[in-house]
Amino acid sequence: MKGLTSIMRTAGLALAGTMLATSAFAADISGAGATFPYPIYAKWADAYKKETGNGLNYQSIGSGGGIKQIKAKTVTFGASDKPLKPEALDEAGLMQFPMVMGGVVPVVNVKGVKPGDMVLDGPTLANIFMGKIKVWNDAAIKKLNPTLALPSTAIAVVHRSDGSGTTFNFAYYLGDVSTTWKENVGVDASVEWPVGIGGKGNEGVANMTAQTDGAIGYVEYAYAKQNKMSYTKMINKAGKIVTPDDTTFAAAAANANWAKAPGYYLILANQQGDQSWPMTAATFILLYKKPGDTAAVVEALKFFDWAFAKGNQMAIELDYVPMPDSVQKLVQNSWATQITDAAGKPVWTKK
Amino acid sequence: MNPAQNTAGIYTADRKVLARNSLKDSFARYLTKSAAVLVLLLLGGVIFALIEGSLPAIKQYGFGFITTERWNPVTEIFGAKAPIYGTVVTSLIAMLIAVPVGIGIAVFITELCPRWLKQPISTAIELLAGIPSIIYGIWGLFILAPLLQRYIQPALIATFEGVPVLEGLFSGPPYGIGILTAGLILSIMVLPFITSITRDVFETVPPMLKESAYGLGCTTWEVVRHVVLPYTRTGVIGGMMLGLGRALGETMAVTFVIGNAHKIGSSLLAPGTTISASIANEFTEADGELYTSSLIALGLILFVITFIVLAAARLMLLRLDKKAGK
Repeated sequence: MKGLTSIMRTAGLALAGTMLATSAFAADISGAGATFPYPIYAKWADAYKKETGNGLNYQSIGSGGGIKQIKAKTVTFGASDKPLKPEALDEAGLMQFPMVMGGVVPVVNVKGVKPGDMVLDGPTLANIFMGKIKVWNDAAIKKLNPTLALPSTAIAVVHRSDGSGTTFNFAYYLGDVSTTWKENVGVDASVEWPVGIGGKGNEGVANMTAQTDGAIGYVEYAYAKQNKMSYTKMINKAGKIVTPDDTTFAAAAANANWAKAPGYYLILANQQGDQSWPMTAATFILLYKKPGDTAAVVEALKFFDWAFAKGNQMAIELDYVPMPDSVQKLVQNSWATQITDAAGKPVWTKK
Repeated sequence: MNPAQNTAGIYTADRKVLARNSLKDSFARYLTKSAAVLVLLLLGGVIFALIEGSLPAIKQYGFGFITTERWNPVTEIFGAKAPIYGTVVTSLIAMLIAVPVGIGIAVFITELCPRWLKQPISTAIELLAGIPSIIYGIWGLFILAPLLQRYIQPALIATFEGVPVLEGLFSGPPYGIGILTAGLILSIMVLPFITSITRDVFETVPPMLKESAYGLGCTTWEVVRHVVLPYTRTGVIGGMMLGLGRALGETMAVTFVIGNAHKIGSSLLAPGTTISASIANEFTEADGELYTSSLIALGLILFVITFIVLAAARLMLLRLDKKAGK
């Protein structure tokens, strides 16, 4: 195992090396991880480079890969859709903070059902994905949608085949609302699905849902919106019907208590609040608390600081949701207090 | 200048040339030798890395790894039965389709085809081999799968309803993707391998043999059945084995159309997974030593399966060469 890791590390270094070599700037910030925030990181990087001349080299290799790369110290920061538990952070000497948010939405392909027509709640969704609800005109779905004409078509469950932060957040929500799910299926970036077929990536799930009559899948909100897929509304923890959009995602984030979450270990699923979308998800950045290369970390922090200050509009344009101001301030505080150089001096001073 | 000196001069010049040539020779020998050794080292390195990487999984699960169907990343219970089943069954379906079609094409090209059509068909077959597998995957997902789902799979289900055994093989909801679709895609992908090798070995049949058979009044079918095929039997099997080797390891195209479910369904229409598809899907997000190690162990199993198939093909091709008197 160790041998293989070192081979992969070398390969990663070689890859990073070639990428650095092709870029004109030696001061490129290097990061790797989650695929979900890649479009916005790329957009920010582009604008940041135009403004400062400093580039960002971000490899979207998946959250698991991002965690591995930061632990192998081949990159300055790692990115993950799945936050590390505080114990895991301490063990590795890492700190993490939320960078930007999005939402996971169920999408369906049922004849006559248009975007936003159908309403589902957590337990029903869990039962569908466990194969307990098998047809669309099941009593549980009918009860939530009394006015909708539901066919007797069999439900075809579509899930992600690759490990994914999207799956983690989706499974986390289902586990939160259904103990059966939590005990039998569990929560992880990939799980042992009781039923259904797997599509690779958001596009795989979207495509299989679109071409299978009676299908239900889950994708990132941006993906559902851009492809005009039939998303469903959800009944949230407060018992209210909510539509997935930036206001309901922001509501979930605003209701979350980030200040009291050690290591920002907080999953935005099933938050309180009338307006909260139940499957809201944040994506996280991982940094070393005592980085070997302090200068590189400062460069990375400058980029994140810039993204908080000037990147919100760009995030909204790409259907992401910026972190609320209060959370951004909290995060900037953590940079100043948690990241130090070898002598124990903070590397970041709050402006 | 006396003649003796002259001879000695030529002798020295000859020796120089000889020495230079032998230097070149030994340089070439070492260069090619090191290239050959490099391949062996690489192969050895891959085997070593695979075994070392799989050790945690082998220690944890032992032989049970091969016989367990469950694949649960949450509780870290991993078993290779479903991917092995998917790999073997999709490859079998591919061979069932590609072997008769491939041999048919080869017979047509070598025995029946008008001269002007020979080259276009051969080129088309070779072009099929050049299409990247991701293109097959996309084509399979966007074109083939919807066609299967809408027309062919419902027809299969309806046709075999009530027929014992076959009813079970063709049952369940028509997803369009699954084991059968993956097998179909694979059959198209291995077809060029089987066809071109079969065609080549068919052309090794001495014309005299065929003409004698025709002279005895044999029909084309009888010549193919009783002269060409027996003569080239081992070569044809070798080509099939090479195709099988490709089918076993194919990753991208299969990942797109197999449905990626770690399950062994009784129906061929059900989604499944293969070894390479599982690795491609899950490696990036596999966290934890046991998960990564189980995926590498899957790779080791595939390596062993492919090695056996290719070794068998080598042996058969060797036997063909002997038979052809080369």
